[in-house]
Amino acid sequence: MVEEIRKQFPALSAQVYGKPLVYLDNAASSQRPQAVIDAWTQSVLAGNANIHRAVHYLAGVATEAYEGARDSVQAFLNAPSREEIVFTSGATAAVNLVASSFGEAFIGEGDEVLVSVAEHHSNIVPWQLVCERKNATLKVLDIHENGTLAVEDVEKLLSQRTKIVAISHISNVLGLVNPVREIVAVCHKHGIPVLVDGAQGIVHEQVDVQALDCDFYVFSGHKLYAATGTGVLYGKRRWLDAMPPYMGGGEMIKSVSFAKTTYAPLPEKFEAGTQNFNGVPTLVPAIRFVQASRADADVQKEQAAITEYIYTKLTEDERITLYGTALECKIPLFSFAVKGAHHEDLALIMDKMGIALRSGQMCAEPLMDRLGVTGLLRASFAPYNTLAEAEYFIKCLNRAIDMLV
Amino acid sequence: MSLEEKKQQIIDDFSIYDEWLDKYEYLIELGKNLDAFPEEKKTEERLIKGCQSRVWLDSEERDGRLYFTADSDAIITKGIISLLISVYSGCTKEEIAADDFGFVAEIGLKDNLSPTRANGLVSMIERIKELAGQGRQ
Ligand SMILES: Cc1ncc(COP(=O)(O)O)c(C=O)c1O
Repeated sequence: MVEEIRKQFPALSAQVYGKPLVYLDNAASSQRPQAVIDAWTQSVLAGNANIHRAVHYLAGVATEAYEGARDSVQAFLNAPSREEIVFTSGATAAVNLVASSFGEAFIGEGDEVLVSVAEHHSNIVPWQLVCERKNATLKVLDIHENGTLAVEDVEKLLSQRTKIVAISHISNVLGLVNPVREIVAVCHKHGIPVLVDGAQGIVHEQVDVQALDCDFYVFSGHKLYAATGTGVLYGKRRWLDAMPPYMGGGEMIKSVSFAKTTYAPLPEKFEAGTQNFNGVPTLVPAIRFVQASRADADVQKEQAAITEYIYTKLTEDERITLYGTALECKIPLFSFAVKGAHHEDLALIMDKMGIALRSGQMCAEPLMDRLGVTGLLRASFAPYNTLAEAEYFIKCLNRAIDMLV
Repeated sequence: MSLEEKKQQIIDDFSIYDEWLDKYEYLIELGKNLDAFPEEKKTEERLIKGCQSRVWLDSEERDGRLYFTADSDAIITKGIISLLISVYSGCTKEEIAADDFGFVAEIGLKDNLSPTRANGLVSMIERIKELAGQGRQ
């Protein structure tokens, strides 16, 4: 039941400007269920100590909670081993880690990296940085009119010099599930590894990294109902082993001397310094919540109803242009423009009606340019959102448009 | 009207509305009624940085007084800049430089914008002060 799920999220019962909060900015960050809040509290109250290092009791509790989360994530992703799960501060940090370390080892002058035009800046700029450093070239995969990736072009864009392909599982603007499995297969035919930016994908899709066969999969905890400042990099062992460390510091070493320092085995090799030991354990209840909501037929029915309802309302309204229209792979995330009304104005007005939306370029400037817009308005739904909220959103949208146009 | 009278008028106008939605409605009206701003004036250097929407501001000096014109692609922002320039157009540079822009706080505008938009408002105020400071033509 959606109502039961809602009750697990204390933040959702808030009032803003005297109106019930309708939180539709879930793609930016989700709210936290009580179990996540409790896990955080528990960690601070009864397990607050630095992990891995000390022999005392609290350090043991903290280390167990932290490493337990690694097991949860491994199972959640169906990763072959726990050593292939590296904790980071988020998706951005994970992409930067790979771009930097993989780039250091495998990208050289004249090489190429392929991304799509629909990527979040977090999956563009790290690659630009490494390309600049190495004198390599960033190539760009286009999208179709309906927002789907031009998958048929992937092979044409690959060359002998392509070292890695970095693609989102789901774009945070278009809200379409990309055929990642297919892209990975094409790239692997040419021996090219693929990084999947799963910041949105992990929230909406059941991810099996072995079935996808991707080489890297990254995501942030805060979009997946866990504490912010947590994130995951899954990487195939053969790559992680071959990559040099990203940051140097405590924990990531085996032995340090001025003559020669050797590095710790995976995953510690990539976890330099004190880790987010209060945050990481919250991934466990967060994943449990995700699995439960996926198994809940009522919730799934409501999500499908919301997607269909909003899709219909937005596409049948002539004043509105929806971007990402391929219904067969649509998740409940809608970015759109309204003729004659600026996205910022709509967001401001609807904020005062209690609705939290995202407006602007959504960290995807190249995509905005590709679509020929200066920004869009986005409504993104989570399992705790109801069809009634979707209806209220449409009602308020119409009222806001009437005020502006 | 003097600067103080103009400010008081805006404070009075704003106080009629209890609801922020109504205040937005008022700002939208102001935005819609703002004099047209020529396309060729929408240059990079007239663009105010720090706003989510695009805002252009220009000033002209006549008889020792500054007159502002402005535009934005977002209507509420346009209403806000319209409100600012209606207050400060016709003032001397000294008057503007000496003003603390406190009436903006008095009408609660800044508090009711999200931090990013409040920054936009601050940027607009800074640009007005800057234009008064250097009196750029
Ligand atoms: C598709 C996508 N990639 C990457 C990111 C970056 O995530 P974070 O800022 O949590 O590192 C986001 C977040 O907005 C996203 O939606």
